[in-house]
Amino acid sequence: MLTKRIIACLDVRDGRVVKGIQFVDIIDAGDPAELAHRHAAAGADEIVLLDITATHEGRGTLLDTVKRTAATLFVPFTVGGGIRSAEDAAAVFDAGADKVSINSSAIARPELIGEIGSSFGAQAVIVAIDARRAAHSADPVGDAEVFVAGGRKPTGRKVIEWAREAEQRGAGEILLTSMNTDGMRSGFDCELTARVSEAVQIPVIASGGAGSAAHFADVFGHGPKGGKADAALAASIFHFGVTDSRELKAELHRAGVSVRLPC
Amino acid sequence: MIQVIDYKAGNLTSVLKALNYLGAETHVTQSPDDVRSATKIVLPGVGHFQATHLLEDLSLTGAVREAVAKGTPFLGICVGLQWLYEGSTEAPDTAGLCHFAAKCERFPATFNGAELKSPHVGWNSLDNIREDSRLLRGVTPGGFVYYTHSWRAPVSADTAATTSYGGDFTAVVERDNVMGVQFHPEKSSAVGLQILKNFVEL
Repeated sequence: MLTKRIIACLDVRDGRVVKGIQFVDIIDAGDPAELAHRHAAAGADEIVLLDITATHEGRGTLLDTVKRTAATLFVPFTVGGGIRSAEDAAAVFDAGADKVSINSSAIARPELIGEIGSSFGAQAVIVAIDARRAAHSADPVGDAEVFVAGGRKPTGRKVIEWAREAEQRGAGEILLTSMNTDGMRSGFDCELTARVSEAVQIPVIASGGAGSAAHFADVFGHGPKGGKADAALAASIFHFGVTDSRELKAELHRAGVSVRLPC
Repeated sequence: MIQVIDYKAGNLTSVLKALNYLGAETHVTQSPDDVRSATKIVLPGVGHFQATHLLEDLSLTGAVREAVAKGTPFLGICVGLQWLYEGSTEAPDTAGLCHFAAKCERFPATFNGAELKSPHVGWNSLDNIREDSRLLRGVTPGGFVYYTHSWRAPVSADTAATTSYGGDFTAVVERDNVMGVQFHPEKSSAVGLQILKNFVEL
């Protein structure tokens, strides 16, 4: 049976793992390669490395980090942040990534999705969407808006419509981060995840708000909130020793969620 | 020397990394002579079945046929497994090697009345493992491997393990020296490395 994936996410700035709270306050959490391997050994199904430096000077450091991390990592490995062209993506694949995650650059030039996909396959392209619920709407979830530039810039585009377009243009997966719940450890935005998941055929990875095993069960649809995520991403929940993937999966298994165990 | 065939279908880096990690000597090639003289052959590949057309254009199809006829171990990964069959509905005009009968088909849109998402992405289990499989030696039934694909081969007598998604499909095919895996062993943690190790040690 196809299992629900637990994805460990490392936000990296200038070659170090950091974690922000609601996209702002940043805390240092360690070396990316070391943490990636620790997560994989502790049962994470995938590793995502998001570079939040995204400056020109930082690119060389990033490729080196990717190479070091990928060298002996035998689970799927995604890299995102600052990928603006098919050439940028190719450099990251060469360094050892299996998938790239694109966000602002896909909004700016949606053709990029197909350009990367045609060389490396649709499975290698994740379109990341930073979403904020619409405050003054009768349907705040349906009208949720896409933000770019690390959550600083509104685009005027609706999340559901953009997810559909990304799929049509050849995205392999959607990584959906709720800015309302990110860093709060109060649970994923299950309703938003479910709406996006219903709108597309490709897998949807829920992100933002993980704080306990029950939150993962919720977003996987094993709770009263009816989430429909295929995978879920967590960063801070793991970094500070709250739990590890194996412990999390054992709890999910007890709650009836199908997960990769033993791992 | 394991000859890893490059037909411009995705990224070879991960497969090479895993084989080298296991101590195998690898060489990336597009040459029919390399394929004929290989001690083992790996055909990786992700993406569209259409890409396998390049194998015919580079005269690699005939070279693979000669090599496997004299017993060279062959491992196809993902689209590399699909190519061992007659072809795929993904690219109806591109013929496969026809080593195994049947065509690869897309997952159905629904299964048992429920919507079936496609592609099939993630970790799924290996079931019905054939006891005589050399590729799956030491792999426990129910072990998990990583998939990402929308087309799959049907189950036949050559199937060495199945996976269930929209019904059972061929996870591993194996007849004598010709083998294929639909999942990505290079991304399947300990189980995947065990399978690659079995191939390297054949």
